[in-house]
Amino acid sequence: MAEAVEDLEIQLLLEALFQRYHYDFRHYARASIKRRLIQARIQLGFSTISSMQDRVLHDPAMLPRLLDYLTVQVSEMFRDPSYFRALREKVLPHLSTYPSLKVWIAGSSTGEEVYSLAILFKEEGLYDRTIFYATDINPEALAAAQAGVYALDRIRKFTENHQKSGGRSSLSDYYTAAYGRAVFDKSLKENVVFSDHSLVTDAVFAEMHLISCRNVMIYFDRPLQDRAIGLFRDSLARKGFLGLGSKESLRFSSHAKGFSEFVGGEKIYQRREA
Amino acid sequence: MTAPSPSRPHTAVVIGASAGAVQALLATLPALPADFSLPILVVVHVPPDRDNALASLLQAKCALTVKEAEDKEPIAAGTIYFAPADYHLLVEAGGTLALSTDEPVNYSRPSIDVLLESAADAYGDGLVGLVLTGANHDGAAGLKAIHDAGGIAIVQDPTDAYAAVMPQAALDACPAATTMNLDAIASYLSSLGSA
Repeated sequence: MAEAVEDLEIQLLLEALFQRYHYDFRHYARASIKRRLIQARIQLGFSTISSMQDRVLHDPAMLPRLLDYLTVQVSEMFRDPSYFRALREKVLPHLSTYPSLKVWIAGSSTGEEVYSLAILFKEEGLYDRTIFYATDINPEALAAAQAGVYALDRIRKFTENHQKSGGRSSLSDYYTAAYGRAVFDKSLKENVVFSDHSLVTDAVFAEMHLISCRNVMIYFDRPLQDRAIGLFRDSLARKGFLGLGSKESLRFSSHAKGFSEFVGGEKIYQRREA
Repeated sequence: MTAPSPSRPHTAVVIGASAGAVQALLATLPALPADFSLPILVVVHVPPDRDNALASLLQAKCALTVKEAEDKEPIAAGTIYFAPADYHLLVEAGGTLALSTDEPVNYSRPSIDVLLESAADAYGDGLVGLVLTGANHDGAAGLKAIHDAGGIAIVQDPTDAYAAVMPQAALDACPAATTMNLDAIASYLSSLGSA
Protein backbone atom coordinates (compact mmCIF):
# COMPACT_ATOMS: atom_id res chain seq x y z
CA MET A 1 0.00 0.00 0.00
CA ALA A 2 2.86 2.40 0.82
CA GLU A 3 3.90 1.87 -2.78
CA ALA A 4 0.58 3.04 -4.18
CA VAL A 5 0.54 6.08 -1.90
CA GLU A 6 3.95 7.12 -3.16
CA ASP A 7 2.80 6.81 -6.77
CA LEU A 8 -0.13 9.07 -5.93
CA GLU A 9 2.17 11.57 -4.22
CA ILE A 10 4.38 11.66 -7.32
CA GLN A 11 1.40 12.32 -9.55
CA LEU A 12 0.27 15.15 -7.27
CA LEU A 13 3.74 16.67 -7.09
CA LEU A 14 4.06 16.70 -10.89
CA GLU A 15 0.64 18.34 -11.14
CA ALA A 16 1.68 20.91 -8.51
CA LEU A 17 4.90 21.75 -10.37
CA PHE A 18 2.91 22.30 -13.54
CA GLN A 19 0.17 24.44 -12.01
CA ARG A 20 2.46 26.52 -9.83
CA TYR A 21 5.55 26.89 -12.04
CA HIS A 22 4.52 25.65 -15.52
CA TYR A 23 7.18 22.96 -15.51
CA ASP A 24 5.42 19.99 -17.05
CA PHE A 25 6.86 16.58 -16.20
CA ARG A 26 3.49 14.86 -16.23
CA HIS A 27 4.30 12.97 -19.43
CA TYR A 28 7.84 12.01 -18.58
CA ALA A 29 8.60 8.27 -18.49
CA ARG A 30 7.44 7.43 -15.01
CA ALA A 31 9.98 4.83 -13.86
CA SER A 32 12.92 7.24 -14.26
CA ILE A 33 11.11 10.23 -12.80
CA LYS A 34 10.12 8.15 -9.80
CA ARG A 35 13.72 7.10 -9.24
CA ARG A 36 14.87 10.69 -9.44
CA LEU A 37 12.16 12.01 -7.12
CA ILE A 38 12.91 9.37 -4.50
CA GLN A 39 16.58 10.30 -4.75
CA ALA A 40 15.65 13.99 -4.36
CA ARG A 41 13.43 13.24 -1.38
CA ILE A 42 16.20 11.37 0.41
CA GLN A 43 19.02 13.75 -0.43
CA LEU A 44 17.02 16.90 0.28
CA GLY A 45 15.97 15.41 3.60
CA PHE A 46 12.20 14.96 3.28
CA SER A 47 10.35 12.04 4.83
CA THR A 48 7.67 11.96 2.14
CA ILE A 49 7.14 13.22 -1.42
CA SER A 50 4.15 15.17 -0.05
CA SER A 51 6.31 17.14 2.38
CA MET A 52 8.66 17.93 -0.50
CA GLN A 53 5.65 19.14 -2.49
CA ASP A 54 4.53 21.36 0.40
CA ARG A 55 7.95 22.97 0.50
CA VAL A 56 8.37 23.55 -3.23
CA LEU A 57 4.87 25.04 -3.50
CA HIS A 58 5.56 27.60 -0.79
CA ASP A 59 9.26 28.22 -1.35
CA PRO A 60 10.27 29.07 -4.94
CA ALA A 61 13.94 28.81 -3.93
CA MET A 62 13.36 25.07 -3.67
CA LEU A 63 12.40 24.80 -7.35
CA PRO A 64 15.88 24.93 -8.92
CA ARG A 65 17.12 22.31 -6.48
CA LEU A 66 14.32 19.98 -7.45
CA LEU A 67 14.77 20.76 -11.16
CA ASP A 68 18.35 19.59 -10.90
CA TYR A 69 17.10 16.16 -9.98
CA LEU A 70 14.38 16.16 -12.60
CA THR A 71 16.27 17.45 -15.61
CA VAL A 72 20.04 17.52 -15.47
CA GLN A 73 21.74 15.04 -17.73
CA VAL A 74 25.45 14.52 -17.53
CA SER A 75 26.74 13.96 -21.05
CA GLU A 76 30.15 13.86 -22.68
CA MET A 77 31.59 15.82 -25.55
CA PHE A 78 31.31 13.74 -28.74
CA ARG A 79 29.35 11.05 -26.85
CA ASP A 80 28.94 8.15 -29.33
CA PRO A 81 31.77 9.29 -31.63
CA SER A 82 30.31 7.34 -34.56
CA TYR A 83 27.29 9.68 -34.52
CA PHE A 84 29.54 12.70 -34.95
CA ARG A 85 31.55 10.89 -37.59
CA ALA A 86 28.34 10.22 -39.53
CA LEU A 87 27.37 13.89 -39.24
CA ARG A 88 30.83 14.87 -40.45
CA GLU A 89 31.00 12.46 -43.37
CA LYS A 90 27.39 12.17 -44.48
CA VAL A 91 25.31 15.12 -43.27
CA LEU A 92 27.65 18.10 -43.39
CA PRO A 93 28.46 17.63 -47.09
CA HIS A 94 24.73 18.18 -47.73
CA LEU A 95 24.56 21.15 -45.42
CA SER A 96 27.55 22.76 -47.10
CA THR A 97 25.40 23.47 -50.15
CA TYR A 98 23.34 26.01 -48.17
CA PRO A 99 24.47 29.64 -47.86
CA SER A 100 23.29 29.84 -44.26
CA LEU A 101 22.40 27.21 -41.69
CA LYS A 102 20.42 26.80 -38.52
CA VAL A 103 21.12 24.00 -36.06
CA TRP A 104 19.04 23.24 -32.97
CA ILE A 105 20.43 21.32 -30.03
CA ALA A 106 17.23 20.48 -28.17
CA GLY A 107 17.75 19.56 -24.53
CA SER A 108 21.29 20.93 -24.51
CA SER A 109 21.73 20.38 -20.77
CA THR A 110 25.17 21.55 -19.64
CA GLY A 111 26.40 22.12 -23.19
CA GLU A 112 28.75 19.24 -24.01
CA GLU A 113 26.97 18.54 -27.28
CA VAL A 114 26.78 22.24 -28.19
CA TYR A 115 30.56 22.58 -28.08
CA SER A 116 31.00 19.26 -29.86
CA LEU A 117 28.88 20.47 -32.78
CA ALA A 118 30.50 23.91 -32.78
CA ILE A 119 33.93 22.26 -33.07
CA LEU A 120 32.69 19.88 -35.76
CA PHE A 121 31.27 22.76 -37.80
CA LYS A 122 34.52 24.74 -37.39
CA GLU A 123 36.58 21.79 -38.55
CA GLU A 124 34.36 21.35 -41.60
CA GLY A 125 34.38 25.06 -42.42
CA LEU A 126 30.66 25.63 -41.81
CA TYR A 127 30.69 27.41 -38.47
CA ASP A 128 30.71 30.97 -39.80
CA ARG A 129 27.48 30.53 -41.73
CA THR A 130 25.64 28.70 -38.96
CA ILE A 131 23.44 29.82 -36.09
CA PHE A 132 23.15 27.28 -33.28
CA TYR A 133 20.18 27.28 -30.93
CA ALA A 134 20.89 25.51 -27.65
CA THR A 135 17.72 25.06 -25.64
CA ASP A 136 16.81 23.53 -22.32
CA ILE A 137 14.17 24.01 -19.64
CA ASN A 138 16.64 24.15 -16.76
CA PRO A 139 18.03 27.70 -16.33
CA GLU A 140 21.02 26.49 -14.32
CA ALA A 141 21.96 23.95 -16.97
CA LEU A 142 21.66 26.68 -19.63
CA ALA A 143 23.95 28.93 -17.60
CA ALA A 144 26.48 26.11 -17.30
CA ALA A 145 26.23 25.45 -21.03
CA GLN A 146 26.83 29.13 -21.74
CA ALA A 147 29.85 29.18 -19.43
CA GLY A 148 31.45 26.23 -21.23
CA VAL A 149 33.65 25.22 -18.30
CA TYR A 150 34.24 21.52 -17.56
CA ALA A 151 36.27 19.62 -14.98
CA LEU A 152 39.69 18.82 -16.36
CA ASP A 153 39.43 15.15 -15.43
CA ARG A 154 36.65 14.76 -18.01
CA ILE A 155 38.82 16.08 -20.85
CA ARG A 156 40.70 12.86 -21.50
CA LYS A 157 37.46 11.09 -22.43
CA PHE A 158 36.30 14.10 -24.47
CA THR A 159 39.60 14.08 -26.36
CA GLU A 160 39.39 10.37 -27.05
CA ASN A 161 35.82 10.75 -28.34
CA HIS A 162 36.80 13.71 -30.50
CA GLN A 163 39.60 11.71 -32.11
CA LYS A 164 37.25 8.79 -32.80
CA SER A 165 34.75 11.17 -34.41
CA GLY A 166 37.35 11.92 -37.09
CA GLY A 167 38.47 15.21 -35.53
CA ARG A 168 40.75 17.20 -37.84
CA SER A 169 42.26 19.26 -35.05
CA SER A 170 43.29 18.80 -31.46
CA LEU A 171 40.62 19.34 -28.83
CA SER A 172 43.21 21.27 -26.85
CA ASP A 173 43.06 23.98 -29.54
CA TYR A 174 39.63 24.88 -28.19
CA TYR A 175 40.12 25.21 -24.45
CA THR A 176 42.40 26.72 -21.85
CA ALA A 177 43.22 24.65 -18.81
CA ALA A 178 43.43 26.37 -15.44
CA TYR A 179 42.81 25.41 -11.83
CA GLY A 180 41.53 21.94 -12.67
CA ARG A 181 39.09 23.28 -15.24
CA ALA A 182 38.95 23.46 -19.00
CA VAL A 183 37.47 26.73 -20.24
CA PHE A 184 36.20 26.40 -23.80
CA ASP A 185 37.01 29.15 -26.25
CA LYS A 186 34.62 32.10 -26.59
CA SER A 187 34.83 31.85 -30.36
CA LEU A 188 32.89 28.57 -30.16
CA LYS A 189 29.81 30.32 -28.78
CA GLU A 190 29.84 33.44 -30.95
CA ASN A 191 27.12 31.93 -33.11
CA VAL A 192 25.25 30.10 -30.34
CA VAL A 193 21.95 31.36 -28.93
CA PHE A 194 21.23 29.82 -25.52
CA SER A 195 17.54 29.87 -24.77
CA ASP A 196 14.81 28.51 -22.56
CA HIS A 197 12.51 26.26 -24.57
CA SER A 198 10.27 23.35 -23.60
CA LEU A 199 9.53 20.48 -25.95
CA VAL A 200 6.44 19.85 -23.84
CA THR A 201 4.76 23.25 -24.00
CA ASP A 202 6.56 25.49 -26.53
CA ALA A 203 6.26 25.77 -30.31
CA VAL A 204 8.32 26.09 -33.49
CA PHE A 205 10.66 29.12 -33.34
CA ALA A 206 12.82 28.89 -36.47
CA GLU A 207 13.40 26.80 -39.58
CA MET A 208 16.22 24.33 -38.93
CA HIS A 209 18.56 22.39 -41.20
CA LEU A 210 19.70 20.04 -38.45
CA ILE A 211 18.13 19.17 -35.12
CA SER A 212 20.14 17.12 -32.67
CA CYS A 213 18.16 15.82 -29.73
CA ARG A 214 19.88 12.91 -28.10
CA ASN A 215 18.76 10.91 -25.11
CA VAL A 216 15.86 13.25 -24.42
CA MET A 217 13.10 11.20 -26.04
CA ILE A 218 13.84 8.23 -23.78
CA TYR A 219 12.61 10.34 -20.86
CA PHE A 220 9.26 11.07 -22.50
CA ASP A 221 6.21 8.83 -22.62
CA ARG A 222 4.74 7.90 -26.02
CA PRO A 223 2.27 10.81 -26.38
CA LEU A 224 4.92 13.34 -25.38
CA GLN A 225 7.46 11.75 -27.73
CA ASP A 226 4.94 12.17 -30.50
CA ARG A 227 4.45 15.82 -29.68
CA ALA A 228 8.19 16.47 -29.68
CA ILE A 229 8.84 14.56 -32.89
CA GLY A 230 5.96 16.43 -34.54
CA LEU A 231 7.50 19.69 -33.37
CA PHE A 232 10.83 18.67 -34.88
CA ARG A 233 9.21 17.81 -38.18
CA ASP A 234 7.44 21.17 -38.31
CA SER A 235 10.69 22.93 -37.42
CA LEU A 236 12.79 21.29 -40.12
CA ALA A 237 13.46 22.82 -43.50
CA ARG A 238 12.75 20.71 -46.54
CA LYS A 239 15.03 17.66 -46.38
CA GLY A 240 16.35 18.78 -43.00
CA PHE A 241 18.05 16.31 -40.66
CA LEU A 242 17.11 14.97 -37.24
CA GLY A 243 19.63 13.14 -35.03
CA LEU A 244 18.48 11.08 -32.05
CA GLY A 245 20.29 9.08 -29.37
CA SER A 246 21.80 5.72 -30.32
CA LYS A 247 18.99 3.78 -28.61
CA GLU A 248 16.15 6.03 -29.70
CA SER A 249 14.14 5.54 -32.84
CA LEU A 250 11.09 6.76 -34.69
CA ARG A 251 9.85 3.20 -35.01
CA PHE A 252 7.20 3.51 -32.29
CA SER A 253 6.26 7.08 -33.26
CA SER A 254 3.15 8.16 -35.15
CA HIS A 255 5.40 10.49 -37.17
CA ALA A 256 7.58 7.66 -38.47
CA LYS A 257 6.29 8.25 -42.01
CA GLY A 258 7.34 11.90 -41.87
CA PHE A 259 11.00 10.90 -41.94
CA SER A 260 13.29 8.59 -43.85
CA GLU A 261 16.37 6.94 -42.39
CA PHE A 262 19.46 8.78 -43.56
CA VAL A 263 22.12 6.99 -41.54
CA GLY A 264 20.00 4.31 -39.89
CA GLY A 265 22.62 2.87 -37.58
CA GLU A 266 23.33 6.30 -36.14
CA LYS A 267 19.68 7.30 -35.81
CA ILE A 268 20.04 10.17 -38.26
CA TYR A 269 16.78 10.85 -40.09
CA GLN A 270 15.82 13.14 -42.93
CA ARG A 271 12.52 14.95 -43.26
CA ARG A 272 10.43 13.30 -45.94
CA GLU A 273 8.14 15.51 -48.00
CA ALA A 274 4.49 14.49 -48.13
CA MET B 1 17.88 -26.78 -2.19
CA THR B 2 14.10 -26.50 -2.28
CA ALA B 3 12.74 -23.99 -4.72
CA PRO B 4 10.40 -21.39 -3.28
CA SER B 5 6.81 -22.27 -4.11
CA PRO B 6 5.00 -19.54 -5.96
CA SER B 7 1.83 -18.13 -4.44
CA ARG B 8 0.51 -17.11 -7.84
CA PRO B 9 1.69 -17.33 -11.43
CA HIS B 10 4.87 -15.44 -12.13
CA THR B 11 4.93 -12.66 -14.69
CA ALA B 12 8.60 -11.95 -15.32
CA VAL B 13 12.17 -12.89 -14.43
CA VAL B 14 14.95 -10.35 -13.87
CA ILE B 15 18.63 -11.30 -13.69
CA GLY B 16 21.73 -9.35 -12.72
CA ALA B 17 25.27 -10.59 -13.30
CA SER B 18 28.73 -9.10 -13.46
CA ALA B 19 32.18 -10.75 -13.41
CA GLY B 20 31.74 -14.30 -14.67
CA ALA B 21 28.36 -13.45 -16.20
CA VAL B 22 28.93 -15.06 -19.59
CA GLN B 23 29.60 -18.54 -18.20
CA ALA B 24 26.77 -18.23 -15.67
CA LEU B 25 24.24 -17.22 -18.32
CA LEU B 26 25.45 -19.90 -20.71
CA ALA B 27 24.86 -22.43 -17.93
CA THR B 28 21.27 -21.31 -17.34
CA LEU B 29 19.49 -19.60 -20.24
CA PRO B 30 20.15 -22.19 -22.98
CA ALA B 31 18.39 -24.75 -20.74
CA LEU B 32 15.07 -22.95 -21.12
CA PRO B 33 12.52 -24.61 -23.43
CA ALA B 34 11.21 -22.90 -26.56
CA ASP B 35 7.75 -22.59 -24.98
CA PHE B 36 9.05 -20.77 -21.90
CA SER B 37 6.29 -18.31 -21.21
CA LEU B 38 7.85 -15.48 -19.18
CA PRO B 39 9.88 -12.49 -20.30
CA ILE B 40 13.43 -12.41 -18.92
CA LEU B 41 15.20 -9.08 -18.41
CA VAL B 42 18.95 -9.16 -17.91
CA VAL B 43 21.53 -6.60 -16.83
CA VAL B 44 25.16 -7.56 -17.26
CA HIS B 45 27.92 -5.09 -16.47
CA VAL B 46 29.74 -4.40 -19.72
CA PRO B 47 32.17 -1.60 -20.61
CA PRO B 48 30.29 1.49 -21.85
CA ASP B 49 31.90 1.65 -25.28
CA ARG B 50 31.54 -2.03 -26.05
CA ASP B 51 28.69 -3.26 -28.17
CA ASN B 52 26.67 -5.80 -26.26
CA ALA B 53 27.80 -8.96 -28.01
CA LEU B 54 26.20 -11.09 -25.32
CA ALA B 55 22.75 -11.00 -26.88
CA SER B 56 23.98 -12.43 -30.18
CA LEU B 57 26.18 -14.97 -28.39
CA LEU B 58 23.20 -16.26 -26.40
CA GLN B 59 20.81 -16.09 -29.33
CA ALA B 60 22.94 -18.73 -31.01
CA LYS B 61 22.54 -21.02 -27.99
CA CYS B 62 18.99 -20.32 -26.78
CA ALA B 63 15.64 -21.57 -27.98
CA LEU B 64 14.09 -18.26 -26.96
CA THR B 65 14.34 -14.93 -28.76
CA VAL B 66 17.27 -12.95 -27.35
CA LYS B 67 17.59 -9.24 -28.07
CA GLU B 68 18.90 -5.93 -26.86
CA ALA B 69 16.15 -3.96 -25.11
CA GLU B 70 14.72 -0.97 -26.96
CA ASP B 71 13.16 2.09 -25.42
CA LYS B 72 9.32 1.98 -25.22
CA GLU B 73 9.31 -1.61 -26.47
CA PRO B 74 6.34 -3.66 -25.21
CA ILE B 75 7.62 -6.60 -23.13
CA ALA B 76 6.85 -9.90 -24.87
CA ALA B 77 6.54 -13.32 -23.26
CA GLY B 78 9.28 -15.86 -23.89
CA THR B 79 11.82 -13.22 -24.86
CA ILE B 80 15.17 -12.48 -23.25
CA TYR B 81 16.08 -8.78 -23.18
CA PHE B 82 19.55 -7.42 -22.44
CA ALA B 83 20.23 -3.88 -21.27
CA PRO B 84 22.29 -2.03 -23.90
CA ALA B 85 25.80 -0.94 -22.92
CA ASP B 86 25.89 2.47 -21.20
CA TYR B 87 22.10 2.66 -20.62
CA HIS B 88 20.02 1.79 -17.60
CA LEU B 89 17.12 -0.57 -18.30
CA LEU B 90 13.83 0.02 -16.47
CA VAL B 91 10.34 -1.47 -16.52
CA GLU B 92 7.34 0.85 -16.81
CA ALA B 93 4.15 -0.01 -14.96
CA GLY B 94 2.30 -0.58 -18.23
CA GLY B 95 4.62 -3.43 -19.23
CA THR B 96 6.98 -1.58 -21.54
CA LEU B 97 10.75 -1.21 -21.37
CA ALA B 98 12.47 2.12 -20.81
CA LEU B 99 16.09 3.18 -21.12
CA SER B 100 17.84 6.02 -19.36
CA THR B 101 21.20 7.75 -19.39
CA ASP B 102 20.91 8.78 -15.75
CA GLU B 103 24.13 8.73 -13.81
CA PRO B 104 25.72 5.38 -13.05
CA VAL B 105 24.41 3.64 -9.93
CA ASN B 106 26.98 1.62 -7.95
CA TYR B 107 29.47 2.89 -10.57
CA SER B 108 27.49 0.94 -13.15
CA ARG B 109 25.39 1.79 -16.17
CA PRO B 110 23.47 -0.35 -16.75
CA SER B 111 22.87 -0.94 -13.06
CA ILE B 112 21.24 -4.10 -11.72
CA ASP B 113 19.58 -2.17 -8.89
CA VAL B 114 17.87 0.17 -11.36
CA LEU B 115 16.35 -2.75 -13.28
CA LEU B 116 15.41 -4.79 -10.20
CA GLU B 117 13.85 -1.87 -8.31
CA SER B 118 11.77 -0.67 -11.24
CA ALA B 119 10.69 -4.25 -12.02
CA ALA B 120 9.72 -4.81 -8.38
CA ASP B 121 7.59 -1.71 -8.66
CA ALA B 122 5.96 -2.77 -11.92
CA TYR B 123 5.46 -6.49 -11.22
CA GLY B 124 5.14 -6.69 -7.43
CA ASP B 125 4.71 -10.26 -6.18
CA GLY B 126 4.74 -11.73 -9.68
CA LEU B 127 8.45 -11.16 -10.11
CA VAL B 128 11.35 -13.57 -9.79
CA GLY B 129 14.72 -11.86 -9.28
CA LEU B 130 18.16 -13.45 -9.49
CA VAL B 131 21.55 -12.06 -8.54
CA LEU B 132 24.40 -14.11 -9.98
CA THR B 133 28.18 -13.94 -9.92
CA GLY B 134 29.92 -10.57 -9.61
CA ALA B 135 32.62 -8.60 -7.85
CA ASN B 136 30.67 -5.56 -6.64
CA HIS B 137 27.54 -4.72 -4.64
CA ASP B 138 25.12 -3.88 -7.43
CA GLY B 139 21.82 -5.78 -7.23
CA ALA B 140 21.67 -6.08 -3.44
CA ALA B 141 19.22 -3.22 -2.91
CA GLY B 142 17.23 -4.32 -5.93
CA LEU B 143 16.87 -7.89 -4.72
CA LYS B 144 15.65 -6.64 -1.35
CA ALA B 145 13.10 -4.44 -3.16
CA ILE B 146 11.83 -7.52 -5.02
CA HIS B 147 11.49 -9.46 -1.79
CA ASP B 148 9.78 -6.53 -0.04
CA ALA B 149 7.28 -6.30 -2.90
CA GLY B 150 6.38 -9.96 -2.40
CA GLY B 151 8.45 -11.37 -5.26
CA ILE B 152 10.82 -14.33 -5.23
CA ALA B 153 14.48 -13.51 -4.46
CA ILE B 154 17.18 -15.95 -5.58
CA VAL B 155 20.93 -15.66 -5.23
CA GLN B 156 23.60 -17.80 -6.84
CA ASP B 157 25.31 -19.70 -4.03
CA PRO B 158 28.46 -17.60 -3.42
CA THR B 159 30.55 -20.78 -3.18
CA ASP B 160 29.29 -21.75 -6.65
CA ALA B 161 29.95 -18.31 -8.13
CA TYR B 162 32.97 -17.25 -10.19
CA ALA B 163 32.97 -14.07 -8.08
CA ALA B 164 31.32 -14.34 -4.66
CA VAL B 165 31.14 -10.66 -3.65
CA MET B 166 27.95 -9.70 -5.46
CA PRO B 167 25.83 -12.71 -4.51
CA GLN B 168 27.12 -12.42 -0.93
CA ALA B 169 26.17 -8.72 -0.81
CA ALA B 170 22.72 -9.61 -2.12
CA LEU B 171 22.34 -12.28 0.57
CA ASP B 172 23.45 -9.86 3.26
CA ALA B 173 20.90 -7.29 2.11
CA CYS B 174 18.18 -9.89 1.61
CA PRO B 175 18.77 -12.84 4.00
CA ALA B 176 15.41 -14.33 3.04
CA ALA B 177 16.67 -14.99 -0.49
CA THR B 178 17.03 -18.61 -1.60
CA THR B 179 20.54 -19.69 -2.63
CA MET B 180 21.02 -22.11 -5.51
CA ASN B 181 23.86 -23.26 -7.70
CA LEU B 182 23.66 -22.71 -11.45
CA ASP B 183 22.25 -26.17 -12.19
CA ALA B 184 19.45 -25.67 -9.68
CA ILE B 185 18.77 -22.21 -11.09
CA ALA B 186 18.51 -23.66 -14.60
CA SER B 187 15.97 -26.29 -13.60
CA TYR B 188 14.04 -23.89 -11.36
CA LEU B 189 13.69 -21.37 -14.19
CA SER B 190 12.59 -24.10 -16.61
CA SER B 191 9.90 -25.19 -14.18
CA LEU B 192 8.56 -21.64 -13.87
CA GLY B 193 7.88 -20.93 -17.47
CA SER B 194 6.43 -24.25 -18.52
CA ALA B 195 3.38 -23.88 -16.26
